[in-house]
Amino acid sequence: MELRGRTWKFGNDVDTDVIIPARYLNTSDPKELAVHCMEDADPRFPAGVKPGDIIVAGKNFGCGSSREHAPIAIKAAGVSCVIAKTFARIFYRNAFNIGLPIFESPEAADRIGEGDEVAVDVEAGVIRNITRNETYRATQVPPFMQQIIAAGGLINYVAERMKRDGKV
Amino acid sequence: MGMTITEKILAAHAGREKVEPGELINVRIDLALGNDITAPVAIREFEKIGVDRVFDRDRVVLVPDHFVPNKDIKSAQQAKIMREFARKHGITHYFEVGRMGVEHCLLPEQGLVGPGDLVIGADSHTCTYGGLGAFSTGVGSTDLAAAMALGETWLKVPESVKFIYHGEMPEWVTGKDLILYTIGKIGVDGALYMAMEFTGPAVERMPVDGRLTMANMAVEAGAKNGIVPPDEITRRYVEGRAKRPFTFFASDPDAGYAREYDFDVSKMEPAVAFPHLPENVKPVSEASGITIDQAVIGSCTNGRMDDLREAARVLRGRKVNSNVRLLVIPGTQEIYRQAMREGLFEIFLDAGAAISTPTCGPCLGGYMGILAEGERCIATTNRNFVGRMGHPGSEVYLSSPAVAAASAVLGRIAAPWEVK
Ligand code: SF4
Repeated sequence: MELRGRTWKFGNDVDTDVIIPARYLNTSDPKELAVHCMEDADPRFPAGVKPGDIIVAGKNFGCGSSREHAPIAIKAAGVSCVIAKTFARIFYRNAFNIGLPIFESPEAADRIGEGDEVAVDVEAGVIRNITRNETYRATQVPPFMQQIIAAGGLINYVAERMKRDGKV
Repeated sequence: MGMTITEKILAAHAGREKVEPGELINVRIDLALGNDITAPVAIREFEKIGVDRVFDRDRVVLVPDHFVPNKDIKSAQQAKIMREFARKHGITHYFEVGRMGVEHCLLPEQGLVGPGDLVIGADSHTCTYGGLGAFSTGVGSTDLAAAMALGETWLKVPESVKFIYHGEMPEWVTGKDLILYTIGKIGVDGALYMAMEFTGPAVERMPVDGRLTMANMAVEAGAKNGIVPPDEITRRYVEGRAKRPFTFFASDPDAGYAREYDFDVSKMEPAVAFPHLPENVKPVSEASGITIDQAVIGSCTNGRMDDLREAARVLRGRKVNSNVRLLVIPGTQEIYRQAMREGLFEIFLDAGAAISTPTCGPCLGGYMGILAEGERCIATTNRNFVGRMGHPGSEVYLSSPAVAAASAVLGRIAAPWEVK
């Protein structure tokens, strides 16, 4: 699968409070959350983001709260994937669990600029910067996480397993 | 090579003799926790799995604490989803308003977590229980849903980092100051994916409340968990409370650590984290002079008895500055009652503080003390991100209860000894 879009660039330590501020957490409706996604980091983002767009950020993306509303809001806003130098651990887990593709690549995070056109080969973990005609590699995803992705997220994975064990 | 306390607890719950950092393992969980923000999402996912009951109704804990007593109609709807789920599944430990508390103050107090436990919670500060010698970590709602169905979860065994705190803690230096200092040294991703093990004479002398504060903020350094080896102080705390048997684990002398840090606490000052990251830490003397509009004493970091006592010690016989709103939020109903019994409420009320029912409230910018644009707050909470307590143009400084109280009196960030 290839994901393709224009990039929005952010800095280091983008926390879940700026991805989706707590003042909007009185709902868990993905569409409502998407309307406020990233607004405290870049007020142009919620209205300007287009389906397929890609978020590129520095180290420790998604630090802070465990709120799954953060990857949910990003996904519902139409973002196809997030590329960062590193991810905070709960965000990393949550993204896989809900099926938001994320890629760790310090090189891509450094080289990609705001508004570049980027294409990501999901299976190969190869990131192509079409604007600058460059290619970067993403860190390999652990096999177990690949199984979760293949199952279509953690819930499907668990449901299949429980069916197999005769528990459902 | 031996194992660390974190590795031992994980091995015990994986049914294994030994585990090593980096391994992915399946573990049995002793407790799974959700709150009024994360549980509704988890419930939605749980229902997709198709099971008709939770793995063990005694081991799923649901605490409405973030936006309750309901702050608006939408949060009332969320709280209702959780309440109805709790009734339908006969969840033993559901805590209604009037019986609840901020989750990470409540669970240790109620004896629902103890040494050697493995706990996951859909709240990043679940790592607090490491203060009792448990392995506990925050996960998202979908992980909670899976855990509620299976009674197990998968984890990557973290590498451990050892922190040794030497020396005698000076007056007014607390667990909060040690952990802020530490995050200031290693940064907000200084322990990414790792276990932070807090040891040394200063921690060995620290009461449980201070240890819980330290473990609470491990996630602010990116850690998976924070842990204090349990000892006699821990035993005195858990005996008589623990609802289940507990086990003391200890790191082997030859356990492997990714890094070790030695800190001398005897020269430390109370610490203050400047906006907008918990790593922007300076000694209080370098923050003095910054005026404030609000001070908040409470939260899962510093809403316990020792915290309120420390604040009262500063506030006794004094008045909150005319330019400042001081909010005191006891962590649980029990803490509320005990503070009342000890006469702390008299002190707070005489000073001109507002006392709230237990809630997360302003800590995450929910309600009960939201900041306007340009306003500045000193808080005993754990995060000072942009917009964390209200308007994205407001500021939060993090400190201990004594520093927050002194700042409330003087109208500017101040050390407790400046209050005359
Ligand atoms: S008090 Fe603050 S940090 Fe603690 S659980 Fe509540 S919102 Fe989270």
